[in-house]
Amino acid sequence: MSQLQRALESGRFAVTAEMAPPKGYDFSRQIAVSGLLKGKVHSVNVTDMQSACLKASSLGLCIHLKQAGLEPILQITGRDRSRMAILADVLSAASFGIDTVLALTGDHPVVGDCKDSKPVYDLDSVGILQMLSDMEATGCDCGGNPLEGGAPALFKGASVTPVYDPLPLQINKLRQKVEAGARYIQTQGVFDRESLCRFLEEVDRAGIQVPIMAGIIPLKSAGMARFMNENVPGIAVPEEMIARLDAAAAEGKAQGVKGLPARLGMEMAAEFIARIKEEKLCAGVHIMAIGAEQNVPVILEQAGISL
Amino acid sequence: MIITQKKPAEELLAMLAGVRKVALVGCGNCAAACQTGGEKELEEMKQFLEEQGFEVVGSILPDECCHKLLVKRDLRALKDCGAEAVVGLSCGDGVQTVADNLQLPVYPANNTMFLGQVERVGIFHEYCRMCGDCVLGETGGICPITKCAKSLVNGPCGGQKNGKCEVCPDNDCAWILIYNRLQAIGQADKLGRTRKTKGYAGAYYPKHLNLREGKKA
Ligand code: SF4
Ligand code: SF4
Repeated sequence: MSQLQRALESGRFAVTAEMAPPKGYDFSRQIAVSGLLKGKVHSVNVTDMQSACLKASSLGLCIHLKQAGLEPILQITGRDRSRMAILADVLSAASFGIDTVLALTGDHPVVGDCKDSKPVYDLDSVGILQMLSDMEATGCDCGGNPLEGGAPALFKGASVTPVYDPLPLQINKLRQKVEAGARYIQTQGVFDRESLCRFLEEVDRAGIQVPIMAGIIPLKSAGMARFMNENVPGIAVPEEMIARLDAAAAEGKAQGVKGLPARLGMEMAAEFIARIKEEKLCAGVHIMAIGAEQNVPVILEQAGISL
Repeated sequence: MIITQKKPAEELLAMLAGVRKVALVGCGNCAAACQTGGEKELEEMKQFLEEQGFEVVGSILPDECCHKLLVKRDLRALKDCGAEAVVGLSCGDGVQTVADNLQLPVYPANNTMFLGQVERVGIFHEYCRMCGDCVLGETGGICPITKCAKSLVNGPCGGQKNGKCEVCPDNDCAWILIYNRLQAIGQADKLGRTRKTKGYAGAYYPKHLNLREGKKA
Protein backbone atom coordinates (compact mmCIF):
# COMPACT_ATOMS: atom_id res chain seq x y z
CA MET A 1 0.00 0.00 0.00
CA SER A 2 1.17 3.49 -0.84
CA GLN A 3 2.95 5.27 2.03
CA LEU A 4 1.30 8.50 1.02
CA GLN A 5 -2.09 6.81 1.20
CA ARG A 6 -1.30 5.43 4.65
CA ALA A 7 -0.21 8.86 5.90
CA LEU A 8 -3.24 10.66 4.51
CA GLU A 9 -5.71 8.04 5.68
CA SER A 10 -4.30 7.99 9.18
CA GLY A 11 -4.55 11.78 9.33
CA ARG A 12 -0.80 12.37 9.58
CA PHE A 13 0.62 15.50 7.95
CA ALA A 14 1.76 14.24 4.53
CA VAL A 15 4.88 15.50 2.81
CA THR A 16 5.89 15.00 -0.80
CA ALA A 17 8.75 16.41 -2.82
CA GLU A 18 9.24 16.58 -6.55
CA MET A 19 12.05 15.64 -8.89
CA ALA A 20 12.60 15.80 -12.63
CA PRO A 21 14.44 13.09 -14.56
CA PRO A 22 17.63 14.29 -16.26
CA LYS A 23 17.80 15.63 -19.76
CA GLY A 24 20.06 12.76 -20.70
CA TYR A 25 20.78 9.33 -19.35
CA ASP A 26 22.97 10.10 -16.36
CA PHE A 27 20.70 9.78 -13.32
CA SER A 28 23.47 10.15 -10.74
CA ARG A 29 22.37 13.58 -9.41
CA GLN A 30 18.81 12.37 -8.92
CA ILE A 31 19.97 9.19 -7.23
CA ALA A 32 22.29 11.15 -4.92
CA VAL A 33 19.45 13.52 -3.94
CA SER A 34 17.14 10.59 -3.31
CA GLY A 35 19.50 9.53 -0.52
CA LEU A 36 18.95 12.89 1.17
CA LEU A 37 15.16 12.66 0.88
CA LYS A 38 14.85 9.15 2.25
CA GLY A 39 12.90 9.12 5.50
CA LYS A 40 12.13 12.85 5.18
CA VAL A 41 9.17 12.72 2.81
CA HIS A 42 6.41 10.19 2.21
CA SER A 43 6.74 10.19 -1.55
CA VAL A 44 8.49 11.94 -4.41
CA ASN A 45 6.65 13.05 -7.54
CA VAL A 46 8.56 12.36 -10.71
CA THR A 47 7.60 14.81 -13.42
CA ASP A 48 6.58 13.78 -16.93
CA MET A 49 8.46 16.20 -19.17
CA GLN A 50 7.27 19.25 -17.26
CA SER A 51 6.77 22.41 -19.30
CA ALA A 52 6.84 20.11 -22.34
CA CYS A 53 10.65 19.99 -22.25
CA LEU A 54 12.21 16.69 -23.18
CA LYS A 55 13.62 14.61 -20.32
CA ALA A 56 14.17 10.94 -19.61
CA SER A 57 10.86 9.30 -18.81
CA SER A 58 9.10 9.55 -15.49
CA LEU A 59 8.87 5.77 -15.28
CA GLY A 60 12.66 5.48 -15.56
CA LEU A 61 13.40 7.73 -12.59
CA CYS A 62 10.51 6.19 -10.65
CA ILE A 63 12.19 2.79 -10.96
CA HIS A 64 15.53 4.25 -9.80
CA LEU A 65 13.85 5.87 -6.78
CA LYS A 66 11.93 2.74 -5.91
CA GLN A 67 15.16 0.75 -6.01
CA ALA A 68 16.77 3.38 -3.77
CA GLY A 69 14.04 2.78 -1.20
CA LEU A 70 11.88 5.84 -1.82
CA GLU A 71 8.25 5.90 -2.80
CA PRO A 72 7.93 7.51 -6.22
CA ILE A 73 4.76 9.05 -7.61
CA LEU A 74 4.46 8.40 -11.32
CA GLN A 75 3.26 11.61 -12.96
CA ILE A 76 1.34 10.92 -16.14
CA THR A 77 0.34 13.54 -18.67
CA GLY A 78 -1.92 13.05 -21.64
CA ARG A 79 0.33 15.12 -23.88
CA ASP A 80 2.55 12.44 -25.41
CA ARG A 81 0.76 9.16 -24.84
CA SER A 82 -2.47 7.65 -26.03
CA ARG A 83 -4.62 5.78 -23.53
CA MET A 84 -2.93 2.54 -24.57
CA ALA A 85 0.56 3.89 -23.93
CA ILE A 86 -0.49 5.32 -20.56
CA LEU A 87 -2.01 2.07 -19.40
CA ALA A 88 1.04 0.15 -20.59
CA ASP A 89 3.31 2.40 -18.51
CA VAL A 90 1.08 2.07 -15.45
CA LEU A 91 1.19 -1.73 -15.71
CA SER A 92 4.97 -1.71 -16.04
CA ALA A 93 5.22 0.66 -13.07
CA ALA A 94 3.00 -1.62 -10.99
CA SER A 95 5.32 -4.55 -11.69
CA PHE A 96 8.05 -2.56 -9.92
CA GLY A 97 5.73 -1.86 -6.99
CA ILE A 98 5.07 1.70 -8.12
CA ASP A 99 1.38 2.18 -7.33
CA THR A 100 1.06 5.90 -6.60
CA VAL A 101 0.24 8.04 -9.62
CA LEU A 102 -0.72 11.60 -10.44
CA ALA A 103 -2.68 12.43 -13.59
CA LEU A 104 -2.19 15.70 -15.45
CA THR A 105 -3.30 17.07 -18.79
CA GLY A 106 0.19 18.34 -19.59
CA ASP A 107 1.62 21.50 -21.11
CA HIS A 108 1.32 21.79 -24.88
CA PRO A 109 4.42 20.93 -26.97
CA VAL A 110 4.51 24.41 -28.51
CA VAL A 111 5.40 25.93 -25.11
CA GLY A 112 8.25 23.43 -24.71
CA ASP A 113 11.58 22.67 -26.34
CA CYS A 114 10.55 20.13 -29.03
CA LYS A 115 7.86 22.14 -30.70
CA ASP A 116 7.33 19.81 -33.67
CA SER A 117 6.24 16.95 -31.45
CA LYS A 118 2.65 15.87 -32.04
CA PRO A 119 0.30 16.70 -29.16
CA VAL A 120 -1.72 13.61 -28.27
CA TYR A 121 -4.29 14.51 -25.59
CA ASP A 122 -6.22 11.30 -26.21
CA LEU A 123 -7.21 11.65 -22.54
CA ASP A 124 -7.04 14.65 -20.24
CA SER A 125 -6.42 14.41 -16.49
CA VAL A 126 -10.02 13.42 -15.81
CA GLY A 127 -9.98 10.85 -18.59
CA ILE A 128 -6.76 9.26 -17.31
CA LEU A 129 -8.15 8.98 -13.78
CA GLN A 130 -11.38 7.48 -15.06
CA MET A 131 -9.56 4.95 -17.23
CA LEU A 132 -7.46 3.81 -14.26
CA SER A 133 -10.51 3.64 -11.98
CA ASP A 134 -12.36 1.58 -14.56
CA MET A 135 -9.38 -0.74 -14.85
CA GLU A 136 -9.28 -1.24 -11.09
CA ALA A 137 -13.03 -1.82 -10.93
CA THR A 138 -13.27 -4.27 -13.79
CA GLY A 139 -9.83 -5.83 -14.12
CA CYS A 140 -9.99 -4.88 -17.77
CA ASP A 141 -7.90 -2.66 -20.01
CA CYS A 142 -9.07 0.46 -21.86
CA GLY A 143 -10.66 -1.69 -24.55
CA GLY A 144 -12.61 -3.77 -22.05
CA ASN A 145 -10.35 -6.81 -22.40
CA PRO A 146 -9.46 -8.75 -19.24
CA LEU A 147 -5.96 -8.25 -17.86
CA GLU A 148 -4.03 -11.37 -16.99
CA GLY A 149 -3.87 -11.62 -13.22
CA GLY A 150 -6.30 -8.70 -12.74
CA ALA A 151 -5.60 -4.99 -12.25
CA PRO A 152 -3.10 -3.44 -9.85
CA ALA A 153 -4.49 -1.36 -6.97
CA LEU A 154 -3.43 2.27 -7.39
CA PHE A 155 -3.43 5.41 -5.29
CA LYS A 156 -4.40 8.11 -7.73
CA GLY A 157 -4.05 11.83 -7.41
CA ALA A 158 -4.43 15.01 -9.40
CA SER A 159 -3.37 18.62 -9.27
CA VAL A 160 -5.30 21.86 -9.09
CA THR A 161 -4.53 25.52 -9.69
CA PRO A 162 -5.80 27.42 -6.63
CA VAL A 163 -5.22 30.91 -8.01
CA TYR A 164 -7.47 30.90 -11.04
CA ASP A 165 -10.05 33.23 -12.46
CA PRO A 166 -12.89 32.20 -12.74
CA LEU A 167 -12.31 29.91 -9.76
CA PRO A 168 -15.62 27.99 -10.15
CA LEU A 169 -14.20 26.55 -13.37
CA GLN A 170 -11.23 25.00 -11.48
CA ILE A 171 -13.47 23.87 -8.63
CA ASN A 172 -15.71 22.16 -11.13
CA LYS A 173 -12.79 20.39 -12.74
CA LEU A 174 -11.54 19.40 -9.29
CA ARG A 175 -14.91 17.82 -8.62
CA GLN A 176 -14.66 15.86 -11.86
CA LYS A 177 -11.17 14.67 -10.93
CA VAL A 178 -12.39 13.45 -7.56
CA GLU A 179 -15.41 11.77 -9.13
CA ALA A 180 -13.08 10.09 -11.61
CA GLY A 181 -11.01 8.62 -8.79
CA ALA A 182 -8.49 11.19 -7.48
CA ARG A 183 -7.91 10.45 -3.78
CA TYR A 184 -5.39 13.17 -3.08
CA ILE A 185 -4.76 16.58 -4.61
CA GLN A 186 -1.55 18.56 -4.85
CA THR A 187 -1.92 22.24 -5.65
CA GLN A 188 0.14 24.40 -7.96
CA GLY A 189 2.59 26.54 -5.98
CA VAL A 190 0.80 28.86 -3.58
CA PHE A 191 2.59 31.50 -1.50
CA ASP A 192 0.21 33.15 0.90
CA ARG A 193 -2.35 32.01 3.42
CA GLU A 194 -5.03 34.24 1.98
CA SER A 195 -4.94 32.73 -1.55
CA LEU A 196 -4.80 29.23 -0.13
CA CYS A 197 -7.72 29.79 2.22
CA ARG A 198 -9.84 31.48 -0.43
CA PHE A 199 -9.41 28.35 -2.55
CA LEU A 200 -10.02 25.92 0.32
CA GLU A 201 -13.21 27.73 1.27
CA GLU A 202 -14.52 27.29 -2.26
CA VAL A 203 -13.67 23.59 -2.17
CA ASP A 204 -15.58 23.27 1.10
CA ARG A 205 -18.49 25.26 -0.22
CA ALA A 206 -18.66 22.90 -3.21
CA GLY A 207 -18.77 19.96 -0.82
CA ILE A 208 -15.71 18.31 -2.34
CA GLN A 209 -14.09 15.90 0.08
CA VAL A 210 -10.51 15.00 -0.73
CA PRO A 211 -7.18 15.52 1.05
CA ILE A 212 -5.46 18.58 -0.38
CA MET A 213 -1.70 19.10 -0.17
CA ALA A 214 -0.55 22.70 -0.57
CA GLY A 215 2.07 23.22 -3.27
CA ILE A 216 5.16 24.97 -1.91
CA ILE A 217 7.83 26.51 -4.14
CA PRO A 218 10.86 27.81 -2.22
CA LEU A 219 11.82 31.05 -3.98
CA LYS A 220 15.46 31.51 -4.91
CA SER A 221 15.41 35.19 -5.81
CA ALA A 222 13.18 38.13 -6.57
CA GLY A 223 13.96 37.59 -10.24
CA MET A 224 12.66 34.03 -10.11
CA ALA A 225 9.47 35.22 -8.41
CA ARG A 226 8.92 37.94 -11.00
CA PHE A 227 9.61 35.51 -13.83
CA MET A 228 7.10 33.01 -12.49
CA ASN A 229 4.47 35.71 -11.96
CA GLU A 230 4.91 36.71 -15.58
CA ASN A 231 5.21 33.31 -17.18
CA VAL A 232 3.85 30.48 -15.08
CA PRO A 233 0.07 30.16 -15.16
CA GLY A 234 -1.56 30.13 -11.74
CA ILE A 235 1.47 31.52 -9.91
CA ALA A 236 0.99 34.71 -7.93
CA VAL A 237 3.87 35.58 -5.60
CA PRO A 238 2.78 38.54 -3.44
CA GLU A 239 4.69 41.79 -4.00
CA GLU A 240 5.60 41.95 -0.34
CA MET A 241 7.57 38.68 -0.61
CA ILE A 242 9.36 39.94 -3.71
CA ALA A 243 10.33 43.10 -1.83
CA ARG A 244 11.77 41.01 1.02
CA LEU A 245 13.83 38.99 -1.48
CA ASP A 246 15.08 42.22 -3.07
CA ALA A 247 16.05 43.54 0.35
CA ALA A 248 17.92 40.29 1.12
CA ALA A 249 19.83 40.60 -2.14
CA ALA A 250 20.79 44.20 -1.29
CA GLU A 251 21.87 43.18 2.18
CA GLY A 252 23.97 40.32 0.78
CA LYS A 253 25.63 42.69 -1.63
CA ALA A 254 26.43 45.19 1.13
CA GLN A 255 27.91 42.49 3.34
CA GLY A 256 29.57 40.57 0.53
CA VAL A 257 27.59 37.40 1.39
CA LYS A 258 26.13 35.19 -1.30
CA GLY A 259 22.85 33.27 -1.23
CA LEU A 260 20.86 35.42 1.20
CA PRO A 261 17.73 35.58 -0.99
CA ALA A 262 17.67 31.78 -1.42
CA ARG A 263 18.10 31.37 2.31
CA LEU A 264 15.19 33.74 2.91
CA GLY A 265 13.14 31.84 0.33
CA MET A 266 13.69 28.64 2.26
CA GLU A 267 12.75 30.36 5.52
CA MET A 268 9.57 31.76 4.03
CA ALA A 269 8.66 28.31 2.69
CA ALA A 270 9.34 26.74 6.08
CA GLU A 271 7.24 29.35 7.89
CA PHE A 272 4.35 28.77 5.54
CA ILE A 273 4.58 24.99 5.90
CA ALA A 274 4.66 25.25 9.70
CA ARG A 275 1.63 27.50 9.61
CA ILE A 276 -0.31 25.19 7.29
CA LYS A 277 0.34 22.33 9.68
CA GLU A 278 -0.33 24.28 12.85
CA GLU A 279 -3.61 25.74 11.61
CA LYS A 280 -4.55 22.41 9.99
CA LEU A 281 -5.26 24.22 6.71
CA CYS A 282 -4.28 21.24 4.53
CA ALA A 283 -3.66 17.52 4.77
CA GLY A 284 -0.03 18.07 3.88
CA VAL A 285 2.39 19.88 1.62
CA HIS A 286 3.99 19.18 -1.72
CA ILE A 287 7.39 20.85 -2.04
CA MET A 288 8.60 21.72 -5.53
CA ALA A 289 12.22 22.77 -5.13
CA ILE A 290 12.87 22.96 -8.89
CA GLY A 291 16.38 21.53 -9.08
CA ALA A 292 17.30 22.30 -5.45
CA GLU A 293 15.78 19.17 -3.90
CA GLN A 294 18.73 18.90 -1.52
CA ASN A 295 17.17 21.87 0.33
CA VAL A 296 13.95 20.01 1.08
CA PRO A 297 15.21 18.27 4.27
CA VAL A 298 16.53 21.63 5.53
CA ILE A 299 13.20 23.36 4.91
CA LEU A 300 11.32 20.56 6.65
CA GLU A 301 13.63 20.79 9.64
CA GLN A 302 13.12 24.56 9.81
CA ALA A 303 9.38 23.92 9.69
CA GLY A 304 9.70 21.43 12.51
CA ILE A 305 8.32 18.56 10.45
CA SER A 306 9.37 14.97 10.71
CA LEU A 307 7.49 11.95 9.45
CA MET B 1 -16.48 27.01 -45.57
CA ILE B 2 -13.13 25.39 -46.44
CA ILE B 3 -10.47 28.03 -45.90
CA THR B 4 -7.50 28.03 -48.26
CA GLN B 5 -4.38 30.13 -48.56
CA LYS B 6 -2.12 30.64 -51.58
CA LYS B 7 1.12 28.68 -51.60
CA PRO B 8 4.32 30.65 -52.06
CA ALA B 9 4.95 31.17 -55.80
CA GLU B 10 8.35 29.41 -55.65
CA GLU B 11 6.71 26.25 -54.37
CA LEU B 12 4.29 26.18 -57.28
CA LEU B 13 7.05 26.92 -59.79
CA ALA B 14 9.13 24.05 -58.38
CA MET B 15 6.21 21.66 -58.93
CA LEU B 16 5.88 22.90 -62.51
CA ALA B 17 9.56 22.39 -63.39
CA GLY B 18 9.82 21.01 -66.94
CA VAL B 19 6.22 21.86 -67.83
CA ARG B 20 5.41 24.32 -70.61
CA LYS B 21 1.66 24.18 -71.25
CA VAL B 22 -0.61 24.63 -68.26
CA ALA B 23 -4.36 24.65 -67.69
CA LEU B 24 -5.99 26.28 -64.66
CA VAL B 25 -8.99 25.10 -62.64
CA GLY B 26 -10.49 27.47 -60.07
CA CYS B 27 -13.43 27.01 -57.73
CA GLY B 28 -16.46 29.29 -57.65
CA ASN B 29 -17.36 28.41 -54.09
CA CYS B 30 -15.03 28.41 -51.06
CA ALA B 31 -11.80 29.21 -52.89
CA ALA B 32 -13.44 32.17 -54.62
CA ALA B 33 -14.52 33.49 -51.20
CA CYS B 34 -11.03 32.93 -49.84
CA GLN B 35 -9.54 34.90 -52.74
CA THR B 36 -7.53 31.87 -53.79
CA GLY B 37 -9.47 30.47 -56.75
CA GLY B 38 -12.10 32.84 -58.14
CA GLU B 39 -12.18 34.70 -61.44
CA LYS B 40 -9.73 37.37 -60.33
CA GLU B 41 -7.21 34.85 -59.00
CA LEU B 42 -7.43 32.76 -62.17
CA GLU B 43 -6.61 35.87 -64.19
CA GLU B 44 -3.72 36.79 -61.89
CA MET B 45 -2.36 33.25 -62.03
CA LYS B 46 -2.55 33.26 -65.83
CA GLN B 47 -0.63 36.52 -65.97
CA PHE B 48 1.96 35.34 -63.48
CA LEU B 49 2.60 32.03 -65.23
CA GLU B 50 2.86 33.73 -68.61
CA GLU B 51 5.44 36.13 -67.18
CA GLN B 52 7.34 33.07 -66.02
CA GLY B 53 7.33 31.70 -69.59
CA PHE B 54 4.47 29.20 -69.39
CA GLU B 55 1.75 28.91 -71.96
CA VAL B 56 -1.67 28.95 -70.29
CA VAL B 57 -3.77 26.91 -72.69
CA GLY B 58 -7.05 26.78 -70.80
CA SER B 59 -8.88 27.93 -67.71
CA ILE B 60 -12.18 26.87 -66.16
CA LEU B 61 -14.12 27.91 -63.08
CA PRO B 62 -16.51 25.15 -61.89
CA ASP B 63 -19.23 26.32 -59.48
CA GLU B 64 -17.61 24.08 -56.92
CA CYS B 65 -14.55 21.97 -57.36
CA CYS B 66 -15.41 19.18 -54.88
CA HIS B 67 -18.33 17.89 -56.93
CA LYS B 68 -17.19 15.03 -59.13
CA LEU B 69 -19.90 15.04 -61.78
CA LEU B 70 -19.92 18.80 -62.05
CA VAL B 71 -16.14 18.95 -62.43
CA LYS B 72 -16.22 16.14 -64.97
CA ARG B 73 -18.69 18.10 -67.06
CA ASP B 74 -16.72 21.35 -66.87
CA LEU B 75 -13.39 19.64 -67.61
CA ARG B 76 -14.65 18.79 -71.12
CA ALA B 77 -13.73 22.34 -72.05
CA LEU B 78 -10.06 21.47 -71.46
CA LYS B 79 -10.18 18.20 -73.40
CA ASP B 80 -8.15 19.23 -76.45
CA CYS B 81 -6.19 22.16 -75.03
CA GLY B 82 -2.89 20.28 -75.00
CA ALA B 83 -2.06 21.01 -71.35
CA GLU B 84 0.81 19.01 -69.86
CA ALA B 85 -0.27 19.80 -66.32
CA VAL B 86 -3.15 21.41 -64.44
CA VAL B 87 -2.90 23.90 -61.61
CA GLY B 88 -5.79 23.62 -59.16
CA LEU B 89 -6.79 26.85 -57.42
CA SER B 90 -9.10 25.19 -54.89
CA CYS B 91 -8.89 23.22 -51.68
CA GLY B 92 -7.19 19.82 -51.54
CA ASP B 93 -10.51 18.10 -52.13
CA GLY B 94 -11.01 20.11 -55.30
CA VAL B 95 -7.50 19.36 -56.59
CA GLN B 96 -8.08 15.64 -56.09
CA THR B 97 -11.52 15.76 -57.64
CA VAL B 98 -9.98 17.32 -60.75
CA ALA B 99 -7.26 14.64 -60.74
CA ASP B 100 -9.93 11.90 -60.43
CA ASN B 101 -11.23 13.07 -63.78
CA LEU B 102 -7.95 13.51 -65.66
CA GLN B 103 -4.86 11.57 -66.72
CA LEU B 104 -2.62 14.59 -66.10
CA PRO B 105 -0.60 15.79 -63.15
CA VAL B 106 -2.65 18.27 -61.09
CA TYR B 107 -0.72 20.62 -58.81
CA PRO B 108 -2.16 22.55 -55.87
CA ALA B 109 -1.81 26.33 -55.89
CA ASN B 110 -3.19 26.54 -52.36
CA ASN B 111 -2.75 25.15 -48.88
CA THR B 112 -5.99 23.94 -47.32
CA MET B 113 -6.17 25.37 -43.82
CA PHE B 114 -9.41 24.70 -41.96
CA LEU B 115 -13.17 24.62 -41.85
CA GLY B 116 -14.05 28.13 -40.90
CA GLN B 117 -16.48 30.89 -40.30
CA VAL B 118 -16.38 33.94 -42.54
CA GLU B 119 -16.50 36.79 -40.07
CA ARG B 120 -16.50 39.26 -42.92
CA VAL B 121 -14.85 39.45 -46.32
CA GLY B 122 -11.28 38.19 -45.93
CA ILE B 123 -11.47 37.28 -42.22
CA PHE B 124 -11.86 33.61 -41.29
CA HIS B 125 -11.88 31.67 -38.04
CA GLU B 126 -11.68 27.94 -37.41
CA TYR B 127 -14.88 26.71 -35.75
CA CYS B 128 -15.16 22.96 -36.26
CA ARG B 129 -12.63 20.16 -36.69
CA MET B 130 -15.29 17.74 -37.91
CA CYS B 131 -14.73 15.27 -35.10
CA GLY B 132 -17.75 13.21 -36.08
CA ASP B 133 -19.28 13.22 -32.58
CA CYS B 134 -20.55 16.71 -31.87
CA VAL B 135 -20.52 17.88 -28.24
CA LEU B 136 -21.87 21.40 -28.84
CA GLY B 137 -25.10 20.57 -27.01
CA GLU B 138 -23.15 20.20 -23.77
CA THR B 139 -20.85 23.17 -24.17
CA GLY B 140 -23.14 26.08 -24.85
CA GLY B 141 -22.56 25.91 -28.59
CA ILE B 142 -18.82 26.58 -28.31
CA CYS B 143 -16.58 23.81 -29.61
CA PRO B 144 -13.92 22.63 -27.13
CA ILE B 145 -12.47 20.27 -29.73
CA THR B 146 -11.57 23.19 -31.97
CA LYS B 147 -11.26 26.20 -29.71
CA CYS B 148 -9.28 24.50 -26.95
CA ALA B 149 -5.76 23.86 -28.20
CA LYS B 150 -5.75 20.51 -26.41
CA SER B 151 -9.33 19.58 -27.37
CA LEU B 152 -10.15 19.07 -23.70
CA VAL B 153 -13.67 17.81 -23.03
CA ASN B 154 -13.81 18.04 -19.22
CA GLY B 155 -12.95 21.67 -18.56
CA PRO B 156 -9.82 23.75 -18.73
CA CYS B 157 -6.19 22.93 -18.11
CA GLY B 158 -4.46 25.23 -15.65
CA GLY B 159 -2.69 27.10 -18.41
CA GLN B 160 -4.80 30.13 -19.23
CA LYS B 161 -3.45 33.55 -18.41
CA ASN B 162 -5.85 36.50 -18.28
CA GLY B 163 -8.37 34.43 -20.19
CA LYS B 164 -5.94 33.65 -23.01
CA CYS B 165 -4.76 30.18 -24.02
CA GLU B 166 -1.31 28.98 -22.94
CA VAL B 167 -0.66 27.71 -26.45
CA CYS B 168 -1.32 30.96 -28.29
CA PRO B 169 -2.06 34.17 -26.40
CA ASP B 170 -4.04 35.49 -29.38
CA ASN B 171 -6.73 32.92 -28.61
CA ASP B 172 -9.24 33.07 -25.80
CA CYS B 173 -9.28 30.06 -23.49
CA ALA B 174 -12.15 27.99 -24.87
CA TRP B 175 -13.27 26.84 -21.45
CA ILE B 176 -13.64 30.36 -20.14
CA LEU B 177 -15.76 31.14 -23.19
CA ILE B 178 -17.82 28.02 -22.53
CA TYR B 179 -18.18 28.88 -18.84
CA ASN B 180 -19.36 32.41 -19.58
CA ARG B 181 -21.72 31.24 -22.29
CA LEU B 182 -23.30 28.52 -20.13
CA GLN B 183 -23.89 31.13 -17.41
CA ALA B 184 -25.40 33.52 -19.92
CA ILE B 185 -27.88 31.00 -21.32
CA GLY B 186 -28.87 29.60 -17.94
CA GLN B 187 -27.11 26.24 -18.35
CA ALA B 188 -24.39 26.57 -15.72
CA ASP B 189 -25.37 23.13 -14.44
CA LYS B 190 -24.09 21.54 -17.65
CA LEU B 191 -20.50 22.37 -16.77
CA GLY B 192 -19.94 19.27 -14.67
CA ARG B 193 -21.60 16.99 -17.13
CA THR B 194 -19.22 16.90 -20.03
CA ARG B 195 -17.71 13.63 -21.13
CA LYS B 196 -14.98 11.87 -19.24
CA THR B 197 -13.44 10.73 -22.50
CA LYS B 198 -14.07 10.99 -26.17
CA GLY B 199 -13.54 7.83 -28.18
CA TYR B 200 -11.63 7.66 -31.42
CA ALA B 201 -12.83 4.30 -32.74
CA GLY B 202 -14.69 6.16 -35.48
CA ALA B 203 -11.85 8.53 -36.23
CA TYR B 204 -10.13 6.46 -38.91
CA TYR B 205 -10.04 7.94 -42.36
CA PRO B 206 -10.89 8.31 -45.18
CA LYS B 207 -14.54 8.42 -44.15
CA HIS B 208 -17.51 7.85 -46.42
CA LEU B 209 -21.18 8.59 -46.18
CA ASN B 210 -23.76 7.04 -48.47
CA LEU B 211 -27.30 8.29 -48.12
CA ARG B 212 -28.42 5.99 -50.91
CA GLU B 213 -27.55 2.81 -49.11
CA GLY B 214 -30.65 0.69 -48.64
CA LYS B 215 -32.62 2.87 -51.03
CA LYS B 216 -33.36 1.93 -54.61
CA ALA B 217 -30.51 3.02 -56.85
S1 SF4 C 1 -17.67 18.95 -31.39
FE1 SF4 C 1 -16.62 20.57 -32.47
S2 SF4 C 1 -15.32 19.52 -33.94
FE2 SF4 C 1 -16.82 18.04 -33.25
S3 SF4 C 1 -18.45 18.20 -34.81
FE3 SF4 C 1 -19.02 19.56 -33.08
S4 SF4 C 1 -18.23 21.58 -33.68
FE4 SF4 C 1 -17.20 20.08 -34.98
S1 SF4 D 1 -5.67 27.41 -21.85
FE1 SF4 D 1 -7.81 26.93 -22.24
S2 SF4 D 1 -7.99 26.75 -24.48
FE2 SF4 D 1 -5.80 26.67 -23.98
S3 SF4 D 1 -5.34 24.49 -23.82
FE3 SF4 D 1 -5.86 25.18 -21.73
S4 SF4 D 1 -8.06 24.83 -21.53
FE4 SF4 D 1 -7.58 24.68 -23.70
